[in-house]
Amino acid sequence: MKIKSQKDFWSGLMFVAVGIGFAWGATNYNFGSSARPGPGFFPFGLGLLMAILGAAVLFKALVVETEDGEPIGAWAFRPLLIIMGSVGLFGFTLPLLGMAVALPILIVMCSLAGDEFHWKDAIISVVVLTVGSWLIFIKGLSLVIPLWPKFITG
Amino acid sequence: MELINNLMLGFGVAFTLQNLLYAFGGSVLGTLIGVLPGLGPVATIAMLLPSIYALDATPALIMLAGIYYGAQYGGSTTAILINVPGESSSVVTAIDGYAMARKGRAGAALAAAGLGSFFAGCVGTIIIAAFAPPLTELAFKFGPAEYFSLMVLGLIGAVVLASGSLVKAIAMILLGLLLGQINTDVISGVPRYSFDIPELTDGIGFVAIAMGIFGFGEIVTNLSKPAEHREVFTKDVKGLWPTMQDFKDAYPAVLRGTALGSILGVLPGGGALLASFAAYTLEKKSKGRKGEVPFGQGNIRGVAGPESANNAGAQTSFIPMLTLGIPPNAVMALMVGAMTIKGIQPGPQVMTSNPELFWGLIASMWVGNAMLVILNLPLIGIWIKLLTVPYRFLFPAIVVFCSIGSYTLNNSSFDVYMTAGFTAVGYLFYKLGCEPAPLLLGFILGPMMEENLRRALLLSRGDWTTFATRPLSAGLLVAAALMIVIVMLPSIKNKREEAFQEE
Repeated sequence: MKIKSQKDFWSGLMFVAVGIGFAWGATNYNFGSSARPGPGFFPFGLGLLMAILGAAVLFKALVVETEDGEPIGAWAFRPLLIIMGSVGLFGFTLPLLGMAVALPILIVMCSLAGDEFHWKDAIISVVVLTVGSWLIFIKGLSLVIPLWPKFITG
Repeated sequence: MELINNLMLGFGVAFTLQNLLYAFGGSVLGTLIGVLPGLGPVATIAMLLPSIYALDATPALIMLAGIYYGAQYGGSTTAILINVPGESSSVVTAIDGYAMARKGRAGAALAAAGLGSFFAGCVGTIIIAAFAPPLTELAFKFGPAEYFSLMVLGLIGAVVLASGSLVKAIAMILLGLLLGQINTDVISGVPRYSFDIPELTDGIGFVAIAMGIFGFGEIVTNLSKPAEHREVFTKDVKGLWPTMQDFKDAYPAVLRGTALGSILGVLPGGGALLASFAAYTLEKKSKGRKGEVPFGQGNIRGVAGPESANNAGAQTSFIPMLTLGIPPNAVMALMVGAMTIKGIQPGPQVMTSNPELFWGLIASMWVGNAMLVILNLPLIGIWIKLLTVPYRFLFPAIVVFCSIGSYTLNNSSFDVYMTAGFTAVGYLFYKLGCEPAPLLLGFILGPMMEENLRRALLLSRGDWTTFATRPLSAGLLVAAALMIVIVMLPSIKNKREEAFQEE
């Protein structure tokens, strides 16, 4: 059988898989009865319903003709991984190194995700955004965010 | 004259220095993000949610509301000047607005958009003030069964009117509802889907979802497309004031757009986007004066109508959120989240328990709209300058604000990791052609829906017919079913797809 819409095929598959996953997970919790619904009641029904709808999407992807096969196209792994990586690293470094160090790392790293990277632009961003964030979040909104690294402040 | 008294109370609250400042701040910020393509009100409000911890509830909500309707103003500026709609609701404005700009009439187009929006905003504010109390009365008659059915109607309405595949959109709602199930069950206290991770027993923060999908996900999407070169009509913006003839042509369009937008805004899933599309169609169908410029080549009605409609729709979409606690679109879902953060349970009781907040917010919308006209017309030059900021400076700034925001929400790194994770989810949705806004609505409504469903079943001793035998509940469910049936009708289905093709 030929796939007529790549996008619908994979999204249908995703809905079926996640729906069954949630419904299966719900069996770990007390289902209760209609008169006394337990914690597993609602997620089980929802998961099942989603799997059914996913199957409908899947069916459509295999049956209904589309003009161009609705391809998913190339994945932009570079920006995706760089953005995810830099944000994840920021979550790790912020409590340890403080905003003064963690932010410049984040900014330089995520700037690499763009098409063009110039050190001059990155440094402008670092200065403007770090000082700006300090003014807005720590001075202005007085949020509790570490500013300097732990090993300096103790 | 309760209406007058209430509005007086509201204006008393809105005209304090602090609240004026926040209304102003919100409007400026809203215009800013409206002007900047690639950054919408959903991402911005999500970004700002952590910062409202430091504020009182009233100024915080006034500011967030300002961002929403400010974005409608700003979005039209970019649509007219560079043919890139800053917001999805100004997509149709670009058609005739840009044509006017190319003929050197950018000023008149901007003025028509600004003044039309202001008029619509004023009317919208009055409509909220007039209709909120009776709707609130009605909402007090609602039991759990009615609330459940109302949420079903709201969610169905939200996707019926949205673009793209209906089945996929409903599946996205369900996915949102399911993600909302990752929490500790309110009734039995059992942690669900937490995989023994303590942070997950409190549920996924909706800020992490909103920022990951709408903030970072959009950045990745934008970066994966080749950079575009834009032509900006900066020098041509002169002669801001429209001619007498422009006024004569535009004012019926403004009236029609305002009326249409006000009605569509109240509907679940309505709001600004749908209103502007419908208004443009209406203007095209209605007869103008003889010898006017054809549509698509710079007809001022094609700017005034949709712009009035999207602003009126943006205003009246507050009604279901304020009176019933049910968000009709993703921005309102975030507003509900903001209220919850500030310890206010959204719903019909807000009007009586927090009258200053309720009426102050409504009055501030009028104030904010007035500020926006002032901001947008004489200061247009500043906003135009902003259009020239390259994306390579813009996206690191968004990354920084979102990252700090996700950390400060609970002062924990876990939320930052979650946000990073949802970036991938957001990009996946984009790649698979799944609209993420319904997911956010489902996620917000999920816990409420479950609680009401289970309570309704408890009350009826497990009898499912309770949803059909209670007249209000039955009516709401029938309305939801009708919506699906109508959209599935072949003739409507084609029209619906056609309407969204223009995007």
